[in-house]
This record gives sequence, structure tokens and C-alpha cells, in this order.
Amino acid sequence: MTSAQKEMAVARVNEALSAIPYTKMLGIAAKLDGDNFRLEMPFKQTNIGNPILPALHGGAIGGFMEMAAICQLIIDRVLAGHDVTGELPKPIGINIDYLRRGKSKQTYAHAVVFKQGSRVANVRVEAWQDDRDKPIAALHGHFLTAADG
Amino acid sequence: MPISREDRLEKLWQIGPMMVAGTPHGTELGMKFVSIDIGRAALSLPYNKNLIGSPSTGVIHGGAVTSLLDQACGLAAIAGFEEPTSTATLNLSIDYMRAAKPGETIIARAHCYKTTRHVAFIRAFAHDGDEDDPLATAQATFMATSSPGTKRPK
Repeated sequence: MTSAQKEMAVARVNEALSAIPYTKMLGIAAKLDGDNFRLEMPFKQTNIGNPILPALHGGAIGGFMEMAAICQLIIDRVLAGHDVTGELPKPIGINIDYLRRGKSKQTYAHAVVFKQGSRVANVRVEAWQDDRDKPIAALHGHFLTAADG
Repeated sequence: MPISREDRLEKLWQIGPMMVAGTPHGTELGMKFVSIDIGRAALSLPYNKNLIGSPSTGVIHGGAVTSLLDQACGLAAIAGFEEPTSTATLNLSIDYMRAAKPGETIIARAHCYKTTRHVAFIRAFAHDGDEDDPLATAQATFMATSSPGTKRPK
């Protein structure tokens, strides 16, 4: 897999993200980080859940990680030579562990597809801020990937 | 002396709407306070085009439902601890049964069925008009966190 193919897959994902109002609201974008894809969420005051601490909203972190899983599934599809028009993968069940407070700064997420079946994919996501080795949250979940639902 | 049920409820009805209005991400999504009781909370999320996750169908993004359920669970946790405290999500598990109906307000109801000294256990569900037809269910654990300068709850 060439880096040009990966760049193209990231461009396709960002194209998809720019068409989704919710992801525009969170401000998220896909980036190529060396050989890996990652999703970035810049700090926005509107993503704060607790203004006193302050801390990012658990739902904003959750929605961001959910989107990281969906983006990874889209990227895998593009790299496998499939078309990505039509419905995006949908979450079936997700489980999020919150490990550290989300500070008022940029957040990153990286997703790994543990298993891609014919209809359902199992995905794990880690989110971090300053230090890749100190994740602020971890998600695992099942996503429906069949185009016909 | 333990706080009376009446005093607890009065305090909860004071802080409940404030907790929702004082959460920037909640107001950005358009979350509204509905009701509060001992160990229970309900919030709503009116349909809003900014929350769309599927442009072709107009269905709201799962992440917005995640935020609503997280917020409702957190409020139920606060309402579950005998002394109101600030809380932090430890774990949130959500099953998505179906897409929310475009145009409909989503309601989330959360029930904190057990608290220990530091942890609250909560179940919640979200529907868009018919409680018997939930669009998502959630199970969560929250920590009681002390604000800076205050003691942990005893």
C-alpha cells in the first residue's frame, strides 16, 4: 500500500466528514500520522462538559471516538478498492472507558479494526491528548458495515 | 443529621436545570432539562439540523445520542448520591437499537439504581415519543469527584 493511496483514502474520509453537520460541529478531521491514520478534534469551548475543571464532555469524546471507528472502516474500504458512496457504518453497541480528564486542548484518536465480518466489524479506539501512552479514553464496539443494512 | 427527602428534592430541582444550562456542550447540542427525582433524571434533545450524522436521511448522529445519555446518566448519579457532588464518567456502554426519527425530539431517562461511597450505577434509555420503542439503551458507572478544595464524600 503506497502513501499516495493512503493520502487518497484520508482525502475521501475528510470529504465524507465535511458533509456531516455533527462532525463539523465537533470540528474533527482525519490525518495521516506516518503510516497510521488518526482523527483530530481541535479544542472548542462548545465541547466542554464541565466548565469548572474544565473537562471535555464525555459525550463529545464518545462521539469523536465513534467517528474514529467509522472513519477507519471507511479507510479500510477505500484501500480495499471498494466504493464508499451510500450509508456510513453504523454503531450497534459501544463501550467507553473514561481514563483521564479531557483537558482544554486538541484530542487525537486512533482506531484498530479487530475483526471485519461480512456485516459486522469489531473496532477498538484510543483517544489521547499530550501523550500517546496516556490515553484519556478507550472505546470498543460493534459496527454494522453492510451497505444494505 | 441526614437531609430530608423534601430538602434533597428541592435542592435537586434547583441544581438540575443549572447543571444542564451550565454545560457548554449540552447547550451547543440543544439539550433541555425535563425532570429530576431521587436517583432519576430526564433530559430532552429537540431535533436540530446541526446534529445530523446521515445527510441523506437527516438522522441524528449517534454521538449526539451518546452525549444526551451521558448527561442524563451524570445527572441521575448526582441525584443518586445523598450529598450532591460533581461526577465524572467512568464507563458508558450504549446499544443503538434503531435510528432516531428525523424531526422528533429525543428523550433520555436515567435511573441511578445503586450508589456506593464513590461510585454510582446507572441505567438509561432514549426514545423519540414511545417509551416502549427505545432507540438506544445505556449502562453507566460514575465516580463522585470532589471539587478542588473540598473533601471527598464520606
